[in-house]
Amino acid sequence: MNPRNPLWRFTGVRPLAWLFFAFLYVPIVVLVALSFNGGQSATLWESFSLKWYAVVANDPEIVRAAKNSLLVATFATLIATALATLAALGMRGPAHRGRTLMSGVLSLPLLVPEIVTAVATLMFFAFIGLKLSLFTILIAHVVFCIPFAYLPIRARLEGMDPRLAEAAADLYASPWRTFWRVTLPLLAPGMLSGAMLAFIISMDDFVITYFVAGAGATTLPVYIFSSIRMGISPKINAISSIILLISILFVALSYYIGQRKR
Amino acid sequence: MNAAGLRHERRLLLRRLALSAPAMATLAVFLLVPLGIMLLVSFLQPGDYGGVKWGEYSLEAYVNFLYERDLDDSLVFNTDYLQIFQRSFWLSVLTTAGCLLVGFPTALYLALQSERRRNLLLLLVTVPFWTNLLVRVYAWILLLRNGGLVDSGLEALGLVHGGDLNVLYTDVAVVIGLLYTFLPFMVLPIYTSLEKLDWRLVEAAYDLGATRRQALRRIIVPLAMPGIAAGTILVFIPSLGNYIIPELLGGGKALMIGNLIQLQFGTAHNWPLGAALSFALLAFVLLAMLVYSLRFKGAAAGGHP
Repeated sequence: MNPRNPLWRFTGVRPLAWLFFAFLYVPIVVLVALSFNGGQSATLWESFSLKWYAVVANDPEIVRAAKNSLLVATFATLIATALATLAALGMRGPAHRGRTLMSGVLSLPLLVPEIVTAVATLMFFAFIGLKLSLFTILIAHVVFCIPFAYLPIRARLEGMDPRLAEAAADLYASPWRTFWRVTLPLLAPGMLSGAMLAFIISMDDFVITYFVAGAGATTLPVYIFSSIRMGISPKINAISSIILLISILFVALSYYIGQRKR
Repeated sequence: MNAAGLRHERRLLLRRLALSAPAMATLAVFLLVPLGIMLLVSFLQPGDYGGVKWGEYSLEAYVNFLYERDLDDSLVFNTDYLQIFQRSFWLSVLTTAGCLLVGFPTALYLALQSERRRNLLLLLVTVPFWTNLLVRVYAWILLLRNGGLVDSGLEALGLVHGGDLNVLYTDVAVVIGLLYTFLPFMVLPIYTSLEKLDWRLVEAAYDLGATRRQALRRIIVPLAMPGIAAGTILVFIPSLGNYIIPELLGGGKALMIGNLIQLQFGTAHNWPLGAALSFALLAFVLLAMLVYSLRFKGAAAGGHP
């Protein structure tokens, strides 16, 4: 099929597609542009300035929330990626009874509506009498990070040539040695890309965190939500732009790693 | 196979199960058990100041959904909650229809691009998915509020004169927010279907004298059906239970199911009702998934980014 052939042009398709991309990106561009506004208003442009970024960097409450977010995301990513890697290795090989069920359970956090997970987790902690804190946030984050870490790792394993491991065995490598020297290095890009996705998802989560965060355990999205409810401000523009840019950077990096060595 | 071989197979299987065990245990304890507790809570009495009275069972939460208890303890039919369910349902239907209307042409456009261009555009479709939803919804507050960019832009174009736009904190704003959030979920699965489409079939249709419209309606759309169905589910279900968008763009006036659930854990202090509502939402989602997997068995669900 040659895309240049006029037979493949359908009326109205191109303008709608561009409308879609504009709709998707205009709000983001506007938000980032307004974050460089020097005035007191969140929407009226006055002059270019980095002043609100300085305000954000010097706000102890924001800095504490950012630290909490980073702490939770780092640990949630490490734990979820480790669990997901083991699970992906275990799911490899011939099908057995229960494997469909197991992969169903692994994708369950993607299926259950966020608000339901949030509510159920909150009641669970109340039931076992665990006080809400950063620790309860961490547990909840590990749960929903697992499928995001698992999917790229599993995809990577599936695309792996089994003959490589067989060749290693032929050359008298022990199973452990084969794992460390052949399987793991080949798996590493998948693990890295899974870990990055888990990290972004954890950094961005609001609904579940909002429910299981105890008093004082504020993460960045929870902080932003409560500020928005008090009204828009140039300070929110700046902190929002920082978060957006970090996410976009991570996705681009994860995409780049995924494209390499395919 | 001899006995030793069988034993070996068994050992391998056990090793594989052991590898999956930690993740399975984590999900079982911290997701499946909580969902079970949620079901249990929906059959309990609410505590006086939030929480529940463990061990005191009642069907009150489910009765509450349709009836209100009057002062003299008689039940009065109350459609408040049903209305919120209905609203959520219609707003989600509207969102899904809008997503289809823009999403299908966009997916078709993507599928008809050269490979390099297609990969770049696909990345552009997925980037917003990984960026913070809260922040992107906030951007819409900046755009839609009175005196915001949309308001002053329309005024500058001479489309509206004086007065305020008054669109923020209405159902329109909620639908715009939902469309904005879920459009990529419609584009990606439809694109996945179209990408696998054998375009020679369309060529054959043209050879047989079909017009573009006929080729689209009789060949392309039917073959893209699994993607359209997957996209519809991926848009409809999360918008039904969405919390952030109606909360921020609906201003707490245009409630949806998600907000109603949250209220029960906040000011309303009625955990059992919240649990029952959550359970209803979950049951609906699982039912939709079941219907989808039965109807499109074998067809790749694909497209979940």
